[in-house]
Order: sequence, then C-alpha cells, then structure tokens
Amino acid sequence: MSESHDVIANIRQRRILDHIRQDQRIDGRGLLDYRPIQVNPGIIGKASGSAWVSIGKTKVLVGIKVETGTPYSDKPDAGVLTVNAELVPIASPSFEPGPPNEDSVELARVIDRGLRESQAVDLTKLCIIPGKLVFIVFVDIYILDHDGNLFDTAALAAIVALMNTTLRGYTVSEDGTIQYTDATSPLPLRNIPVEVTVVKIGEKLLLDPTIEEEALIDTQITIATGDDHEVCAIQKSRVGTFTLDEVLQAMEIAKNKADDIRTNVLGAYR
Amino acid sequence: MTKTNSEALITNGIRTDQRQITDLRNIEIEVGLLDKANGSAYLIWGKNKILAAVYGPREVHPRHLAKPDRAFIRCRYHMAPFSTDERKHPAPSRREVELSKVIRMALEPAILTDLFPRTGIDIFIEVLQSDGGTRCASITAAAVALADAGIPLRDLVVGCAAGKIEGQIVLDLNDVEDQKGDADVPIAIMPRTGAISLLQMDGLLTQDEFRQALDLAIQGCMTVYDIQKEALTKKYIQLEITPPASDTPEEPVTSDTPDAPDTLDTLKESSKNEEEVSE
Repeated sequence: MSESHDVIANIRQRRILDHIRQDQRIDGRGLLDYRPIQVNPGIIGKASGSAWVSIGKTKVLVGIKVETGTPYSDKPDAGVLTVNAELVPIASPSFEPGPPNEDSVELARVIDRGLRESQAVDLTKLCIIPGKLVFIVFVDIYILDHDGNLFDTAALAAIVALMNTTLRGYTVSEDGTIQYTDATSPLPLRNIPVEVTVVKIGEKLLLDPTIEEEALIDTQITIATGDDHEVCAIQKSRVGTFTLDEVLQAMEIAKNKADDIRTNVLGAYR
Repeated sequence: MTKTNSEALITNGIRTDQRQITDLRNIEIEVGLLDKANGSAYLIWGKNKILAAVYGPREVHPRHLAKPDRAFIRCRYHMAPFSTDERKHPAPSRREVELSKVIRMALEPAILTDLFPRTGIDIFIEVLQSDGGTRCASITAAAVALADAGIPLRDLVVGCAAGKIEGQIVLDLNDVEDQKGDADVPIAIMPRTGAISLLQMDGLLTQDEFRQALDLAIQGCMTVYDIQKEALTKKYIQLEITPPASDTPEEPVTSDTPDAPDTLDTLKESSKNEEEVSE
C-alpha cells in the first residue's frame, strides 16, 4: 500500500535518463521549465504574514510571526531575522517526526542566507529601543508535500509571506514599555531575492526536478539573486561536482529564471 | 491580543462570533489533497485549519515496536509555530504529547488493526491555525484521512466539544470561550454505534450540566459526521458514478491531476470566507 519514493525501478530511471539525454522530460517539460507555480498569500490569519506555495505537487507553507525581543549585542539597533524549517512527516514517507535533521537545517540556512544577504528585510527599521528592544521576524517553513525542488518552493513561499507581512503600530512610553496601537504597516523590504536550483543529471543542467528526477541528480546548486540581478547566496549541495563552465551556465539559467519568476509570479504581489 | 475582560461572551443569546448557543462553527473538509500521503484531509473548522495525513500500513521502525497480531498505530498531534497568537516553539509540548495519545486512543477503536499484523499505521496531524477545539477537529480530520487511505474502519470517528460559558451550556467553544468559560467537554464518537472513544472535561459542571453538555456534544458530532461523509462521497462516489460508456475521455478524479489547481483555489476561497466571518 505504501511505497518509499526513494526507490525507483531501474527501468523507470533509464526512461527518465533517456528523455533527459534528448533534452526532454518524462512529464513533457523542457529541461529549463518549472512545473506550474501557484501562490496563495495570507492563508494563516493569525500569522503576521503567510504564503502557501506549490510548484507542481510540492507544497510549502510559510508562516511569519513578528515578536519583540532583545537585539544582538554587536548590532544593537537592528531587528532580528530567524528562519526555521520543518520537514513535517505529513510531506513524505521518508520524513520522520523529531528534532530537525541535517536536511532541514540546511534548507533553513539556505533560505536564511538568501533573505539575509540580499537584505530583503530592512532590519534597521525594526529597532524599537536601541540596545534593548527590537522586532524579531520568525520565518517558519513548513514542508507539506515533497515532490522535489524544496529549496525553490520554500524560498518562494518565504518571500511571498514576507511581502504580505504586517507590523503592528506601537508607542513607547517613558518607562520603556511599548503599547500596541491598532495601526499596521507593511514589513519594510529592500529587496526581493529569488532562489533557483539548477541540478545536473547525466551531463545536462535542468530546473525544478520532481522527486523521481531528484533520485538521479549528480549534483545541484542553489543560487539566490536579487532585484538587480546581484547574486546574494549560493549553495552547492549533494556529493557530485560541477565544472566551472557548468557553474557559469547555471548562473545564467538561474538569473533568467529568477527574472521570469519575479515578473510573472511575484509581480502581482509587489 | 488586547482582550478586555468586561466583554460579554453571550449577549441576548448571541455569542461573540455571532453564533447561537447550539450552533457549530462553519466546517469544511477537503479529502486527499496531499500527494505523497496514502490518505489526507484538510479541515477548516471556524478559524481552525488542520491537515491530517495517514501513511501505511507500512513497515514499522524501529522494528521492535511491531505487533505480531495487529497493526501498530502511531499518532502525532503537532501545532505549527505560527498557529497561535504567540509563536509556539516547534518542539512538542507536554500538551501535544498528551493530545497525540488521546487522539490515537480515540481513533484506534475504529481501525481493523488485526487485518495488518506486523505493520505500522502513522497518523500525522498538523494544526496550521488554532482557535479552540483542535483536538476534536484533529480527530475528525484524521478519521477522514484514514478512510481516504483505504484503511478498513468500523466507522468514522468524529469529535466535537460542548462546554459552559456564562452559566449556559453551549456547543463548540472557540478559543476565547474556552479560555474565559467555565468548562469544556471534548468528546469523540463512532456514530453508527454511538461508542464514545474520547471523553475529557475540564472546569466545573453539575451532573445535570455535564449530561446536557454531553448530549449537546453528541448532537454536534452527528452534524459533523454528515460533513465527513459528504466530503468522502464527493471524492469517491463521483468516481463510481462516472459512466464508463460515455465518450468523454477518462477523467482523472484522483489527486494525481497535475498540480491540482482546484484544490488550491478551494483553499483560497475558504480562507476568504473565513476571514469575512472573523473580521
């Protein structure tokens, strides 16, 4: 009744590889095509911001909570951003309940770096009392259904969730306590990073692998680019290697796809 | 978060969310929206949003947990960090550990576990947004997910709570009512036999009031049971009725439809409705 998705029949693997060698995909896509992307922002009313994003059958929910706390001592006048990822056991027969494993930590850190390095959230505007009280933005990534390409889906969900995050208005009284008001304002964003993962299967570079295709990946690279095409974060994952040429190709592919996503998917929410 | 203590929970028989004292919140169930799980259900119950997924029967890890004569049932109730007013730490709390256990014990009587010796059935429940009554909602969703997984059941299990606020016995307490109210009685039943598989209570009630609350909760369960059945028939009976002789090409009714756009549309719609009610 249940099957592990990690195991794919040899004959199926061969078919997938045969297609890729001829620049085709087993589901009819081209090598650089994404599956359909769907974005549902603001689905969690209790969160400060949220987004349910699916790429093909992969589904990721990101919820943002904004709370107050103390700043880091080396940056007393900046807010704090933290990213956490849960590979919820709902999402795959191979996910187990329990504390975060290395996969979910890597996922969280890759998304974190894309957001942090691009300065997506303007943390300088999240200071309430320098050295004492700042806003902390919690980005919680929830993987709900794993059919491949978690990095890109999670990154997209994270940025859409941040784009519809609101901050509560407040006043600071003289004794340093804050009083919330009914006013809200959008979370100040400076940049919209988009992460694109390029995978290598049998000497070919392709985008948005399904879970079946992921089983055949030699290696992969995730590239986050910002509004002005600047690269803000890169992560090579898995064991295999790229040539320099392949890396440069991957950069070009990622930049173009990020533009495409920024215009056609994120455009509506800016 | 700014709650004024003087606010009445019931004014002229109408509750803070415009319900009468014996009204349920709005409930919607969507069956099988997850692709990888063997069965799943997405339940919207007022502001509660709950996803339940079932895996199995499958091999049990670690192996020694396997039972020689029946399936081993595992259940995890877990709240998303963003599901509550204050962020909840993702690690399971003592409350979640307890609820996982009582939910398992509520569901297990309905499952024909002896048909699957040496296997495990995993029930995973994620509360994406909570607003009181999540354990009953979770049981309701998980039972539908079990049915969707094709696991033989004696009956569906359905949960609903009743309680006491401002001296009156009311159905289906929301979060504010639960926190400020006098008592909460969450139950789960198997409606065909009326067997009660979950019964908890906290607060103060007289015996009469308890009986009233129990009756009201059972009534509530029967209404929710109809919603469960309707959600399942919507997915499965339609499949059966589709005439094979018709010349329209075979319609894939399962969740295998590429990227299931309807599912997400539905999600969006329902969240909209919910917002309208709540604001």
